[in-house]
Amino acid sequence: MTASPLLKVEDLHVAFRLLDARGRSHRVEAVGRGEQGVSFEVPANTTVALVGESGSGKSVSAMALVQLLPRNAECSGRVLWDGHDLLSAPRAHMQRLRGREIACVFQDPVSSLNPVLSVGQQIAEPLRKHLDMTRAAARRRAADLLAEVGIAEPGRRLDAYPHQLSGGQQQRVMIAMALACEPQLLIADEPTTALDVTIQRQILELLARLQRQRGLAMLYISHDLGAVGEIAQQIVVMRQGTVRERGSVRELFEHPRDAYTKALLACRPRLDERPRRLTVIDDVLSEPAREPAAPVRNVDLDLAPRRADDDDPVVLQVDGLGKSFWLRSGLVKRVEFKAVQDVRFTLRRGHTLGVVGESGSGKTTMGLTLLRLNDGASGPLAGRVLFHGHDLLALAPADRLAMRRRIQFVFQNPYESLNPRFTIGQTLVEPMTIHGIGIDMPVRERRAREWLQRVGLDADAMHKYPHEFSGGQRQRIAIARSLTLSPDVLVLDEAVGALDVSVQAQVLNLLKDLQDELGLAYIFISHDLAVVRFMADDVMVMKDGRVVEHRRTEALLAHPQAEYTRRLIGAVAHRPATTTPR
Amino acid sequence: MTDVPEFASTSLASAFPETPPGRRADGVWRGAWRRFRRDRTGTWAMAVVLAYALLLACTGSGLLARHWQDEVAVPDAPPAFLGAAGDTGIAPQASVAASAAGPDISDVDPLAPRYREWNERAARDHAQAKPLTATLPFGGDRLGRDVLAKTLKGTQISVSVGVLAAIVATLIGASLGAIAGFFGGRVGDVVEWLYNVLTAVPEILLFFAFAAVFGRGISTLVLIMGLTGWTSQYRQVRAEFIKHARRDYVRAAEAIGASAGARMFRHILPNVSHVILVRMSLLVVGFVKAEVILSYLSLGVATDQVSWGTMLAESQSELILGHWWQLAAATVAMAVFVTAFSLMADAWRDALDPKLRGQT
Repeated sequence: MTASPLLKVEDLHVAFRLLDARGRSHRVEAVGRGEQGVSFEVPANTTVALVGESGSGKSVSAMALVQLLPRNAECSGRVLWDGHDLLSAPRAHMQRLRGREIACVFQDPVSSLNPVLSVGQQIAEPLRKHLDMTRAAARRRAADLLAEVGIAEPGRRLDAYPHQLSGGQQQRVMIAMALACEPQLLIADEPTTALDVTIQRQILELLARLQRQRGLAMLYISHDLGAVGEIAQQIVVMRQGTVRERGSVRELFEHPRDAYTKALLACRPRLDERPRRLTVIDDVLSEPAREPAAPVRNVDLDLAPRRADDDDPVVLQVDGLGKSFWLRSGLVKRVEFKAVQDVRFTLRRGHTLGVVGESGSGKTTMGLTLLRLNDGASGPLAGRVLFHGHDLLALAPADRLAMRRRIQFVFQNPYESLNPRFTIGQTLVEPMTIHGIGIDMPVRERRAREWLQRVGLDADAMHKYPHEFSGGQRQRIAIARSLTLSPDVLVLDEAVGALDVSVQAQVLNLLKDLQDELGLAYIFISHDLAVVRFMADDVMVMKDGRVVEHRRTEALLAHPQAEYTRRLIGAVAHRPATTTPR
Repeated sequence: MTDVPEFASTSLASAFPETPPGRRADGVWRGAWRRFRRDRTGTWAMAVVLAYALLLACTGSGLLARHWQDEVAVPDAPPAFLGAAGDTGIAPQASVAASAAGPDISDVDPLAPRYREWNERAARDHAQAKPLTATLPFGGDRLGRDVLAKTLKGTQISVSVGVLAAIVATLIGASLGAIAGFFGGRVGDVVEWLYNVLTAVPEILLFFAFAAVFGRGISTLVLIMGLTGWTSQYRQVRAEFIKHARRDYVRAAEAIGASAGARMFRHILPNVSHVILVRMSLLVVGFVKAEVILSYLSLGVATDQVSWGTMLAESQSELILGHWWQLAAATVAMAVFVTAFSLMADAWRDALDPKLRGQT
């Protein structure tokens, strides 16, 4: 390690000029609060992780380094790179620097790659631009790079277009592009968040290997403190635009000084233990809670796992469930694609069934099929779904409406699942109006208010629109909407997948509380085994539309039978050092 | 014109009663209105359009230009600012007065004793008729009609035909687009075939065909343009519905049991209404121009009516004689309206587009 760091950020401030509702321009501080700016350094040959929730300013800080912020951003402070201040550098200088010395990998490879250019062309572009390589030389180099990031048959893949590659391969291509000009610093902005668990693991390992082999400096941005432990040597924890704590990984994990760091470490569900509730940031931080605090809990009771009672009445029995889609092949022919095959399970009142699998494993389709939310013409159904003695799949459309009330669905992305033009009140009252619950509007609105309070929101949220709420709050609203119909079963499709780790914990706790209170049965679909472990009594592992393994959660995690399950468990990021050594 | 923005704001607020009384709402329309007002060009364009709307109300109710068909001036009277033409070749009032006091010819003409009586009667009639003026504020046409009054009346017909046709086209296009986009499959295919067949035929041919079947008149024009012009609206609404029907909030509505109709109209429609509104305003501009072309080709309004198109058609022969004012009046009225309407539609699209929200 050299004495002077490669990159030194001193007292960085970033503010955005925004127009408020009345058209007046005002500044919103994104990085730095008041006098206090953000300072950190990235030494050569070291990985520094920038960790924080969404809105903490971590991505904005990183983009400010390479001047990739939108036009309405105002930066101040100093970013020292090789003795020069990048914030005051001319555009041409920055353009030479970007890609050549500092390269970036973004979160979503699908939108970061140009769909109309082949992979080879896209990797060759920086080579020819920055290094003046000939077409042939750039192509050879691109093939070498693809091989280095672990893509099989690199020569053939050069001519592939982004859509012909899987998400993991696309991210590898993005990394190859970033590394093309042998930069000294790689900025990776949540590079694994959009990927499947097992793929996430591979990309993480790839980045760690490349960093070691090439002696790169890396700035790794993530919202998951637990996950960066493996890849980073130093960690910078950010919250609300300021740095809360800085230190080496060992220091930070073993002796976190800052309360917020402690909270972040504690709120992540873990594979090796199952607490009654998860710690929430607000529990740890002394500052006033923004959302109403949960009722005071007994600490002893918190630690005892809830007993799943096998004598609870069965609410849902699924037998040989299958769902196929017709795929068009040619003009008239169509091929049957079996998305879900032969799924069977029994769900009891107050129990949770976890469904785990990678994307494309059919877990979401299975959930939608239970409610018959798939388009009927898209393909045939098979099997039986017995709900209180009625087969949901055989019901006439008229009877289905009544049954649909009893099984509800919560979607993954709370930013998408609420109608942006409905007030929260309209959103909550609508299901009751459809099903004729409550005598008149005032009654329904009162019930809606009660549900809002039940999920931890103020009643004055009734007249607001979804865009005025954060992701966690929106997911609470979506849950409240399902609950207005007093369902027996709730299908939660990656219900916390789009949320930050700290917000995840709040929503998971809420779900647990509601389950205890109302005796709800959950079908909890997730790719995250740690979250499933926290929630579920039984776990069903799915792969390619089939159930690979289905057992009690503890048994499955302790002694996985199927090879695929073992791989899934292995893919969960392990913390390098915890307070209790493993 | 200084108080125009206030006038504009009040009339728009009443046009979109989006906020129910007693409710705090930071609604879509209110936000859009705030962004719209920031666009100065758009605000002025809207003021002009509203002035046209006011004009329409006045001519429609008969306050203005009711007597546009009266012969008030000499044929082809020039505009007042040019001065009267040198020699019109007509001196109508003199001859009658002269004949009243002629020599007594009752010996040879048995009717002579009654001449006096007739002359008196004739004199009374003349007293009732208004004398024809030599000039008019903006000139007269071949029949001595006031071009200004004609333009006002023509504006009423042209604009109302454009707006009504746009409403018809939007109703057809939006509902077909919603059905095709939401249901897709067989239903979508059928509507798509209809669309393909209609767009395969050149529009002007369709106009001729419909005009031949329905005959002339305003309602025919509205019908023709509505029936042929819905395709662009259909295309756009269909695309929006396809996109929105797959979004989670619509599926969430299905999960709580909302019917197909409720999902289409209560959930998706408000989310695509800005697209429909903007497309409709573009249709208005297009239809105003189409009406002009049709009337010019004498497929448009009836002969006893006036529109910008018939004015242009008339001015073709006048122009050879150097009588340019009718052409100028119709062109200016149309150009100002079309430009203002387009600018206003542009500003509305920017204000309503959720993607541009919050940016400077």
